[in-house]
Parts: sequence; structure tokens; C-alpha cells
Amino acid sequence: MDLAFTQEEEAFRAEARDWLAAHVPTPLPSLETAEGFAAHRAWEAELAADRWSVVNWPEAYGGRDAGLIRWLIFEEEYWAAGAPGRVGQNGISLLAPTLFDHGTAEQRARVLPPMATGDVVWAQAWSEPEAGSDLASLRSRAVRSDGGWLLSGQKTWSSRAAFADRAFGLFRSEPGLPKPHQGLTYLMFDLRAPGVTVRPIGRLDGKPAFAELFLDGVFVPDEDVIGTPGEGWRIAMSAAGNERGLMLRAPGRFLAAAGRLRGLWTERGCPQHARGRVADALIGARAYQLFTYAAASRFLEGGSLGPESSLNKVFWSELDLALHETALDLLDGDGELADTDWSEGYVFSLAGPVYAGTNEIQRDIIAERLLGLPKGRR
Amino acid sequence: MRFSLDAEQRAFADSLDSMLTAADTPSVVRDWSHGDHASGRALWSRVAEAGVFSLAVPEEYGGVGVCPVELVLAFVELGRHAVPGPLVETVAAAALFTEPGPAAKGLLPPLASGEAMATLAPEGSYALDADVATTRLSLTPDGVRLAPGHGPLRTSLDPARRLAPLAPGGELLAAAPSVGHALAYARLTTAAQALGVGLALLDRTVAYVGQRTQFGVPIGSFQAVKHRLADAKIALEFARPVLLGAASTLAPADVAAAKVTACEAAYATARAALQLHGAIGYTAEYDLSLWLTKARALRTAWGAPQECRDVVVSGGDRRW
Repeated sequence: MDLAFTQEEEAFRAEARDWLAAHVPTPLPSLETAEGFAAHRAWEAELAADRWSVVNWPEAYGGRDAGLIRWLIFEEEYWAAGAPGRVGQNGISLLAPTLFDHGTAEQRARVLPPMATGDVVWAQAWSEPEAGSDLASLRSRAVRSDGGWLLSGQKTWSSRAAFADRAFGLFRSEPGLPKPHQGLTYLMFDLRAPGVTVRPIGRLDGKPAFAELFLDGVFVPDEDVIGTPGEGWRIAMSAAGNERGLMLRAPGRFLAAAGRLRGLWTERGCPQHARGRVADALIGARAYQLFTYAAASRFLEGGSLGPESSLNKVFWSELDLALHETALDLLDGDGELADTDWSEGYVFSLAGPVYAGTNEIQRDIIAERLLGLPKGRR
Repeated sequence: MRFSLDAEQRAFADSLDSMLTAADTPSVVRDWSHGDHASGRALWSRVAEAGVFSLAVPEEYGGVGVCPVELVLAFVELGRHAVPGPLVETVAAAALFTEPGPAAKGLLPPLASGEAMATLAPEGSYALDADVATTRLSLTPDGVRLAPGHGPLRTSLDPARRLAPLAPGGELLAAAPSVGHALAYARLTTAAQALGVGLALLDRTVAYVGQRTQFGVPIGSFQAVKHRLADAKIALEFARPVLLGAASTLAPADVAAAKVTACEAAYATARAALQLHGAIGYTAEYDLSLWLTKARALRTAWGAPQECRDVVVSGGDRRW
């Protein structure tokens, strides 16, 4: 039971802090606009140039082989420095872990380096109009073709797809099997390939943060299938486990936000009505940090994070929302303005309890798989 | 950074859990609540034999050296089994005497061995189980005094707790005791006890909703029931690392955060447990009540939620 970092880890922290102090730009335009997307892509390249974009990846793909602890340290410094949101997040935290576990060496060598530099930004293609929480009921098809597959159907709520380059997701390659999660294949495809139509969707504030994808005979070569065809559900769930797990939201992000909230509260004259909520944001961020340290320590001892990741997802999404709501309340009349330091984060936090598996689905998982309660109707 | 328990620490908690499971603590709690302290004193000795109090006492005074992480583990088990008595107060009393001296030499060895049972309170505040404690310590502006007795006893919402002001005056034991240190240990072990209470409430409720049938199915298959328990699980699982973090740093803000988090989690779990048990949970006769009432009492003992939140927000030693 030791919360102290080694000298080497502290040196790594200092190196990250110094680099960030010298490079973090003034706030960029919103990630969810064409201009902001380009600015964030350029920032990914700047990070990558000094090997800060994917510190925990192997060096061969642009990382530093830094491991989980240093990744946590980097993220603490990153968010404390007020650095921009990561446009490469979908690829880095969802697709990359899947490729490390299930991809081929050729796929890793081809896909990961341009992901690390932001040259290729990835979008997700999971949900469909009739397949949300019940994702396994998805209907988009992958039909065998010469040297590859032809995709057809419709995907939706595809984050970053309005401006991204490529996407990854699940497609039904063998229809008519007894269970819906059978016969699905995990594929990567080009958003600019013939047959793809991307229709951006404005999120609550109107910015095109996600998109619908219409696929009409889109050719995907065999080299872009991840794992065995038909095994996509199992492969995707290992990614979803990762998504809900440690690396989707680093504790540093909430520690920094809670610290900023405390600063705002102080600027506003320490109003009594918000004291408890500010304290709860600070405590929640600390709890999330320590929970993550404990999970990281278990990993390092050879353990794994299974359904426990559902605890995590509910916790951070509700913490993020409560923290931003408190900030807007502290702004009084300015709280409704769309251009404050808190408005973009607030709008983003509203989606947290919905995406990456709704918090209702997570609570079902907690109840059934961690507490052992009987399955029932959803 | 290695934020996990080692095998020895796990084994210690497990062995305490087994000992307390075999000790039929609910009947001990009921005896204690009725003012019959014999079974409780016997259990106290067994807790001491298991080494719990020596974890709060330096080696030169008969302990094993102060071990906050192990203390937290022990108190989670004590809470899980609703063990009655001034457990927290005895640890806090030991923590008052960090400086070697005659007071430490006289008081600490019997606390470590379990021969003595201490309570303590700031002058004018209520002390727990002052009628049973063998050592009553009063924190006064001029130091810590050995209180000569106690005032009228009042019952707590938790029938296993009785509160009384300590009598004024008495021998001055130390002019500059480590009050901040004692308070940190009182908060930390209260938080740990609360976490144990919450874990017991969750376990009992999960078992109950799995076997209680309505509309032809276990009520635990209903989503409204599941989600309430999932929320309790989330709160308890996030309280645990905060508690262990506080034991590792002993920073006031961490200790205060642990107190808020564990007590809020335990209390929310108590509310869920009562609701999901329905009317049977509302009876004194059913053992669930032993934990339900304790979750309420621990919330305000040694630092009410708002007081602890103030410590967090004011920064103090907060390093996060």
C-alpha cells in the first residue's frame, strides 16, 4: 500500500510538465467544428513529434513503452496544464487496444503510426437506428466479395465521423444464426470510400459532434478485418471492456476540472450554497484517482478489469456532469451562455451517461455480474 | 506506486472476518443494547487477542507499532459484524499519546492488550459507552484529563450506542496531547467501520432480494431493485480506495474525504436496504436493524458530513 512514485516516475512527470508548459496552446476552437478539428489534429501531430501522443504504446508505433503508471502521470500533467481535448481519442483508446489484442502485426504496423500522429483520425460505427443499448441486434451487413467484404446499411451516433478519416465497427456477416451476437464481424473502413455517405448530426448545441453513416456496397479488403470473421462480438466486447475501463477517462481530467471548479468558487466569493457540491467534486475526483490507482495496481499484479469497469463508467460520467452543473450554477446569469470556459465541457458531459453503454445498462451489468442478481426483463 | 493490499493484509482481514462470523455478533449487540455487557467484554478480549488494538500502539508500549492501513482493514470487519463498544474511541485514545512519557507508559499497554476500554470526548461533548469504558478521557483546553465519571446516559438511534457527557475535572494526564492525530484516527476508523456496515447491508439485501418472491419471480430480477443496489455497490466500491488512501497519507483532507465518502455510502446503502426489505426491514427484531441504525449514527460521529466537506474545500493539506 504505497502511493509514492519512484524517482524515475517523478522525473518522467517533470519532463512531461516541462514539455507541456512549453507547448500547450491557448484554447483551441471547439473540436466539433471543421476549424477546431483541424487545430486539434495539428496538436496531435505536435504531441506525436516529441512522442507524447501515446506514451503507453510500444516505441515502434510512436509511443514510449511507458506503461500504465506513467500514462496516469502523463494524463495528470496533461489536464493540469489545460491542454486541449484529444481528437484521436476514439482510435487511441478503443481501436488501438483491440488491435494490440486481436490485430495482426501488419495491421498494427499500418494503422497505429498514423493514428499516433493524428494523420488518420478514427470514428466509431457501432449504433444503428434500431440497435442502441441492444447493440447485438444490429442489421448492417458485410457480404463476402472477391478479396474482401461489401458493407451496406446504416450506422448512427458515430462520434467524430463528421470530420474523421476512417471508422471501425461491427457488421452482420452471417445472418440467421440462433443468437444475435453470433455472426458479426469487426471491420475498419474508409469514410471517403465509394458508397459511404456521411451526414453530420448536430448535437444539443448544434455542433456536428457525430454523424449518420449510409453504406451502400462499400468495399473493405480482407486486411481490414480484425480477428476472425464472425467473432466480432467477442472482440468488440473486449474493446468495450477497455472503453468502460481505465483508459477512456483518465483521473487527471477530473482532478484538473475539480481544481478549476474550486478556483471558480473562490473567485465567486466562496458562496455557501455551493460549498458542499464543490467539496463533492474534489472528493469525487480524488476517489476516481485512487480507484484507478487501485485498478492499475491490480493490472500490474496480473489481475484484470471485467465488469468492474461498469462501476467506473457510471462514476466518472456522473461526476463529470455534477461538476459542470455546479460550475454553471456558480456563474449565475452567465451560466446559460454558450461561450464560457465551462459551456463546451457541460454540453460534452451531458452525453457521458448515454454513450459507451448507457448508465442503465451499466447498472444492469453491476447488478447481474457483480452482485449476482437474477436476470430479468430490461 | 503500488496501491493494493498484500497477502498478509488480506489474510489478516479474512481471519478477523471468520472470527467475528463465528462469534454470533448480533446476539452480542443485542445484549450490549440491553445493558448486559458481559458478552461484549468477552468479544472485546477476542478482538484484542486478534491484535486489533495493538495496531494503534507503539512497540515500546506493548503494541506492534501504529499501522493505519491494518487498522482500517480491522475496522471494516468490526463494522461488517456490527461489533459494539468504544472501538474507535480506544484507538483514538491511544493516538493521543504519540510522545513517550508517563501517560503513554501507563495508559497504552492495557489499551493494546484489551484489558482497558477507553472512551474520549472533547469537554462538553458526548462520549460513547462511558458507563462501560474503564478509561474516560476528556479533552480540555489545558490538556487531556482522566474524567472522574460521567453524566446521565442517553440512548442513540443505534441502540448499541449510549452517550453521556464526561464529568468535569480529574487528573491532568498530558498538557499537550496529539489531539489532531487522535481526531484523524477517530475519523479514519469511524469511516472504516461505516464502510463495513455498508458492505454488510449490501450483502444482506442482495441475499434477501434474491430469495424474496413477488409476482412469481425474485424481486431482485426487477430493474428498479437492481439499480438501487448497483448504486449502493458503486458508492461502497469508490469509498474503499478513498479510505485506504487516507490511511496511507493521513492528510486531513484525505481523512475528511474518507469520512464523507464512507459514511454517505453506508447511509445510502442503509436507505436502499430498508426500502428493498420492505416492512420486515423496519422492525427492531430483524437483525438488519443493527446495521441500519449504526449507519445513521456513524454519519455524524467524529465529524458530520458538512464539517468534513469544509476540511476538503478549505484545502488544508489537500494535495489533490
